[in-house]
Amino acid sequence: MYDIVIGLEIHVEMKTKTKLFCGCSTEFGAAPNTQVCPVCLGLPGTLPQVNKEAISLAIRAGGVFGSTIQPISQFSRKNYMYPDLPKAYQITQYQEPICTGGGVEVMREGERVMIQLERIHIEEDPGKLMHPEYEFYSLADYNRSGIPLIEIVTKPDLRSPEEAVEFLKALRTQLDFAGISDCRMDQGSMRCDANISLKEPGTEVLGTRVEIKNINSFREVQKALEKEVKRQSDLLRFGEGDKIVQETRKWDAGKGRTIPMRSKEDAEDYRFFDDPDLPVIQLTQDQIEAAQADLPTETAIQRRERFQSSYGLSEEEATKLTEDAVLARLMDQAGEGHVDPRKVATWILTEGLRLYRSGEGFRVDAVTLLDLMETVESGELSHSAAKQVFEYVWEKGGSVVDAIQFLGLKQNSDQDELTILIAKIMAENPQAVLEIKAGNGKAFGFLMGAVMKQTRGTANPKIAKSLIEAELEKTK
Amino acid sequence: MEVIERLFSEIMKKERSIGAFLSLDIEGALKQIEEAERCGGALSGIPLGIKDNIAVKGQPLTCASKMLMSHKASYDATVIERLRKSGAWFIGKTNMDEFAMGGSTENSAFQNTRNPVDLDYVPGGSSGGSAAAVAAGMVPGALGSDTGGSIRQPAAYCGIVGLKPTYGRVSRYGLVAFASSFDQIGPMTQTVEECEQIFSVIAGADEKDPTCDGADYQIQKQKTDFSTLRVGVVSEIEKMGIAPSVLAAYQKLVEEFREVGAIVEEVDFLLPSEAVSVYYVLSSAEASSNLGRFDGIRYGIKGEGASVEEEMRASRAAGFGLEVKRRVLFGTHVLSAGYQDQVYKKAQRYRATLKNRMKELFSSHDLFLMPTTPTPAFRLGEHSDDPMGMYLEDAFTVPASLTGIPALSIPYGKSELGLPIGMQIMAAHGQEETIFQAVKGLESKNGIFGRRDQDV
Repeated sequence: MYDIVIGLEIHVEMKTKTKLFCGCSTEFGAAPNTQVCPVCLGLPGTLPQVNKEAISLAIRAGGVFGSTIQPISQFSRKNYMYPDLPKAYQITQYQEPICTGGGVEVMREGERVMIQLERIHIEEDPGKLMHPEYEFYSLADYNRSGIPLIEIVTKPDLRSPEEAVEFLKALRTQLDFAGISDCRMDQGSMRCDANISLKEPGTEVLGTRVEIKNINSFREVQKALEKEVKRQSDLLRFGEGDKIVQETRKWDAGKGRTIPMRSKEDAEDYRFFDDPDLPVIQLTQDQIEAAQADLPTETAIQRRERFQSSYGLSEEEATKLTEDAVLARLMDQAGEGHVDPRKVATWILTEGLRLYRSGEGFRVDAVTLLDLMETVESGELSHSAAKQVFEYVWEKGGSVVDAIQFLGLKQNSDQDELTILIAKIMAENPQAVLEIKAGNGKAFGFLMGAVMKQTRGTANPKIAKSLIEAELEKTK
Repeated sequence: MEVIERLFSEIMKKERSIGAFLSLDIEGALKQIEEAERCGGALSGIPLGIKDNIAVKGQPLTCASKMLMSHKASYDATVIERLRKSGAWFIGKTNMDEFAMGGSTENSAFQNTRNPVDLDYVPGGSSGGSAAAVAAGMVPGALGSDTGGSIRQPAAYCGIVGLKPTYGRVSRYGLVAFASSFDQIGPMTQTVEECEQIFSVIAGADEKDPTCDGADYQIQKQKTDFSTLRVGVVSEIEKMGIAPSVLAAYQKLVEEFREVGAIVEEVDFLLPSEAVSVYYVLSSAEASSNLGRFDGIRYGIKGEGASVEEEMRASRAAGFGLEVKRRVLFGTHVLSAGYQDQVYKKAQRYRATLKNRMKELFSSHDLFLMPTTPTPAFRLGEHSDDPMGMYLEDAFTVPASLTGIPALSIPYGKSELGLPIGMQIMAAHGQEETIFQAVKGLESKNGIFGRRDQDV
């Protein structure tokens, strides 16, 4: 076994209305090249104008992680030619980033450990290339060109792939809670590169460092890192450590392995220099304080512990809810409004999570969820009917009352109507009636199921149960 | 309509021998004039020539490069917007050295421009087309751009007035970047008064250019009392190996300041021989980055190749001329790992030192006088195979470029061969006011610069 040493570089898209250096919209999903202007297309003669909102969100990010905000920082040009980069340089921060230091806590063997940050800097995103299959051309979409990012660079403090994932989840919820980014890996608003090396236990000498790029989800982060750990430790074990070279490898999610991208020798010389088009960013204490106003101070770990202690949730439940700012926020909003927050958690983590995973946000708000739970607890709706209402509201929106109305799911407590239905079901299923009489409890359940099915779940279960019992009495 | 036809036919008559313009907006002229007249501003109805590296919406923007042969501007530069509002209109785009790199306009990919004073001579550069158009009387004024002397040197060669404003006083938005920390747009005219007028329209902060935070400019009154004006002059200028006619002109200008009562003091401002080298290191470094975007992918000429990289290489090989390639290569080299500290950063430190020295100079002086160029214009082809000879012509213009101070070139005398000579009047950062007050003061006493020769 070797010790694992991991450092991460995370690109996060900041939630500004407009791009970093022009007034174009940052909305996701628009038709290609509809959110562009002479500036973000890098047309000859254009100049960048800094988006103050982006600077302020970057300062906020520094606040979240306890970084030092630099009173003076500077934009630099990173020069390289690629069709997605319309100016042939990316405006980024190089020697003077806006934030230095700071950290994020994770749990390691039951202890809290601070993963230190090296720096946070601001930069612009390039455009995006698409390569249509079976065609001899590529297409460029510059909607992304100039989207404001922060790059968060950690020190090599992470010790396992799981820990890297835990770190990323904690980082994500904190950024989301502070209103800095949605951190949607699926939409590319959060991206991660990893540096990884192994070392002999007990020594200080790090092995050769390998960089892995193109990792697009938390699950892939773990897989890619595990795979790279295995590749490196296999080579070391068989005395082929010299085959681990300093290089950049690309994670191929389809094939489940990393493949070489470029070696250290091929590394490009980016010829960084201060961008003469942009004066230095000078920040006053007042500006920093204004940007960091109302900053949530709770860390991911603290939030998880609070969910366990104040809502009485299990560690697993609390972890799942706090890994995602959307779920955590909903839990706080709905949990406060309910006598038994555990039931709220159950709804969020079962029905909610199932639909949430399909990826379009959590589409039921706290008020609606509480309304729905109320209808079940008052006996107005059966649990199965409530699930239908939940799905309906998720899809179509609107209130619980309207959904019940539309779906015709009002609980049926009409004894006469139910009695006729039950008599009919029993007549159609004499075998079940006989089995009940012979003491087979399952057969009772079968009759209940049939009643529920025929009423589409609207039959009041208590009333239905007592009516079945009454009917059985009659046939004795 | 008739007026427009007459205007353009007058221009075409001269244009055939001079070649100042790369394009003329004959089709759009009527519409432009109508709009201009509606504005009725200070420059109402005045046609201007615009250097072909400044964006005028709908007109070509070629930078005199094959690379942008068919490129048209999709937006107006800030200076163009401001001039439009003051009633000016834009008759056409003027020739220049490709991407403003050069001092003779011979580096244009399309045509040579000839000096209207003597057609065998270059008009200077890189704003040679603008200078020639103004000197030949084709337009009353033009815009040029100055990175290391590209307004002042052609103004001097053609016998007109040219201002390189303080860095940051005129917006660069819409000026195709050559060296971003040097480039400034400025007016080129026959008289100081016209120059000041155009400058007053284009000067002032612009949010589209974060480096442009300078003050607006109001037309100044001429100076009448020179007794407190402290004028610095170069000590031992006779040892600098400049042309005798230029030396004589300089001494005469100094004398003129003395006569009106200014305090003239010799300044031990050793013309730093390194300044030209430093200028080439820094401006080429920035150019190598600024010109990276011309890759043939989105606009401009497109080369053929089996891969993206080959295609870009082919586009750039075919699109750029020799001088541009020379500077992009040099600039790339001085920024690369291992050379950046030795060359680029060293040059930056030198620039910072020079800025401090300049500040010191202006702490005890209001103006500083220097010739604009060491010699008058040279013949076409004379320096073609001699880039270093061409570069040395910049020795007197690069100090203001490196330090960002304003410098006005005025026509002052003629050489033995009758070629114009230019003198440069510099002031502290943001002090164009001082320059214009003094120069207008001299004019009120001794006659208009540029018109005196005819008077003699």
